[in-house]
Amino acid sequence: MSTILGIPVPVILGQLTLGLVNGSFYALLSLGLAVIFGLMGVVNFAHGAFYTLGAFAALLGLQHLGINYWVALLLAPLAVGLLGVLVERLLLRHLYGLDPLYGLLLTFGLALIVEGSLHQVFGASGQSYPVPESLSGALNLHFMFLPLYRAWVILASVVVCFSTWFVIERTRLGATLRAATENAPLLQAFGVNVPLLVAATYGGGVALAALAGVLASPVVLVNSHMGTELVIVVFAVVVIGGMGSILGAIVSGLVLGVVEGFTKVIYPEASNIVVFVIMALVLILRPAGLFGRE
Amino acid sequence: MNELSRWTLALGAATFVAASSHAAHAADSVVIGDIDDMSGVYADVEGAGGVEAINMAIADFGGTVLGRKITVLSADHQNKPDIGASKFREWADQQGVNLVLGGSNTGVSIAMAKVAAVKKVPFIVIGAGGASLTNEDCTAYSVHYVYDTTALANGTATAMVNAGNKTWFYLTADYAFGTQLQDAAAKVVEAHGGRNLGAVRVPLGAADFSSFLLQAQASGAQVLGLANAGTDFSNSLKAANEFGITRTMKPAALLAFLTDIHSLGLKTAQGLYLTTAWYWDLDEQTRAFAGRFFARIKRQPTMDQAGAYSATLTYLKAVKAAATTDADRVMAQLKKEKINDMFTQGGYIRADGAMIHQMYVMQVKTPQESKYPWDYYKVVRKMSGEEAFGPLTGRCPLAPK
Repeated sequence: MSTILGIPVPVILGQLTLGLVNGSFYALLSLGLAVIFGLMGVVNFAHGAFYTLGAFAALLGLQHLGINYWVALLLAPLAVGLLGVLVERLLLRHLYGLDPLYGLLLTFGLALIVEGSLHQVFGASGQSYPVPESLSGALNLHFMFLPLYRAWVILASVVVCFSTWFVIERTRLGATLRAATENAPLLQAFGVNVPLLVAATYGGGVALAALAGVLASPVVLVNSHMGTELVIVVFAVVVIGGMGSILGAIVSGLVLGVVEGFTKVIYPEASNIVVFVIMALVLILRPAGLFGRE
Repeated sequence: MNELSRWTLALGAATFVAASSHAAHAADSVVIGDIDDMSGVYADVEGAGGVEAINMAIADFGGTVLGRKITVLSADHQNKPDIGASKFREWADQQGVNLVLGGSNTGVSIAMAKVAAVKKVPFIVIGAGGASLTNEDCTAYSVHYVYDTTALANGTATAMVNAGNKTWFYLTADYAFGTQLQDAAAKVVEAHGGRNLGAVRVPLGAADFSSFLLQAQASGAQVLGLANAGTDFSNSLKAANEFGITRTMKPAALLAFLTDIHSLGLKTAQGLYLTTAWYWDLDEQTRAFAGRFFARIKRQPTMDQAGAYSATLTYLKAVKAAATTDADRVMAQLKKEKINDMFTQGGYIRADGAMIHQMYVMQVKTPQESKYPWDYYKVVRKMSGEEAFGPLTGRCPLAPK
């Protein structure tokens, strides 16, 4: 069997593929964070809670209303996104112009409330969401069997991530959004409804988190603390990519998923800290992040 | 005086009143404290259900002992040893606590056992698994009641090796409990002529287990030994199914609770071997307790919740028999009596603090075999207490070999 650095090639290919699956989740989540931070300057600590809410929306929709996976993929992000708009209108907007710490504290508090409430109602042990029938097989990649569902996660994430990037960086709507962050009063003078735009941005970022939650629900048990640990890693990913850089969030999400995958083979005990080690190195060598502007 | 300082004063006064009223009723009542994970990953295994079980035991006992009212305190240790230990110390100093029951998490229980020894307060470990609690970390005041890593390994690993599954690879949670569990299982596997092909140490609370599972599969071992618990156990088994690992390897749950199987569903968990101290559907007595518990909590009790009930009753009976709450005399009484209730028949507390009782090797039913809600296990083998917990090791100074 051929090897690279003493590791068999099939193992390397296998970990590469699995790393991309995990990287897809990182990319989707860090993208939402980067959009919210880049366009609004808000450090959204409630991101993990919205991810959890997305998964719960899918689960409860299936259990109580018979909403299938594909419809949930659309409805859950929409519902959670609307909740995000509400949060922005009722709470967050009062904090603009203040120290960003206030936004951080508010969203952190929200996250605790959401997680605590879900824990109170549904308990700690979690529930299973079935893999949709049409995606329940496995692909034979010769070096490994890849469950069809995981392949779908990569595809869905890449498509969504790059569409989002395209909308923000390459369309008129995106240009308007970016203008709103550069000079809101001027844009408002042109007759653009800036507050609506900002609310929609927060809703959109939150909807991305919820989408990641729906995508994750057949993979892991749906429970109240599923977003808590994940979001800490995702924050590191955003810092590495460059706070607020859309492309940076996507690329570093995918790459770090792969790096973490290899760590799991080479030195498994370090797999939960490798991202933070890289973050520390990036902060020392390139404080604005890999894709950030100085 | 401004608004803020007025509030601070009022709050301070209220705290003072609350604290002194506690101290007052501590003198004329018997205080039982429960320190457990109430909000984290193990909260469903014992948690609020455990407190309910303790209250049920007190009510069944009559609500008083030696003519004194029995009161219950409970606290969340958040899986942090320092919180568990300081709560224990606070209750011992300020509330006159007579018995502390400890919930899940070996690390926290070890810290609490040290306080028990210093404060001379009986401490019954319910939900933690580490066998070190009755070995290196044993104290004259601690009892390990429900299960330990030795008994789990003796159950599941013995049953599987004897069925011809000789080669093992472990997926191990990277902390005290996981490594103790893996070591115990590895010893049993070797003792029965099996071989340990390797292990991968997985950080606690990993988001994804598929990488580790592929490594396990690459080892070519027949058995996937899952030396983890709670959400980690459930997520690793779920991924093992998804990646088809379970087609080439037999998963062995070194610790699984009823709530884990309930979360996973029988379609995923079917065929799994596991070891448990207690199951709600064993006989008339267990079903009767489970029925009463279910009416309150809307879930069937886990072995830990049943254990919390039994331990509370056992303690109260010992207090009654010794006619005192004096810790040394109650401990002596506890180690003298046989325990007969819905949890165990003929169980007893050994010199090292281990409660020696029957354990059951179970196999999870297939969806077709399961006839009613929560009908999850069939008994593969019933082990005697001596077989499950093994002989004294001599590592606890209180109990030489």
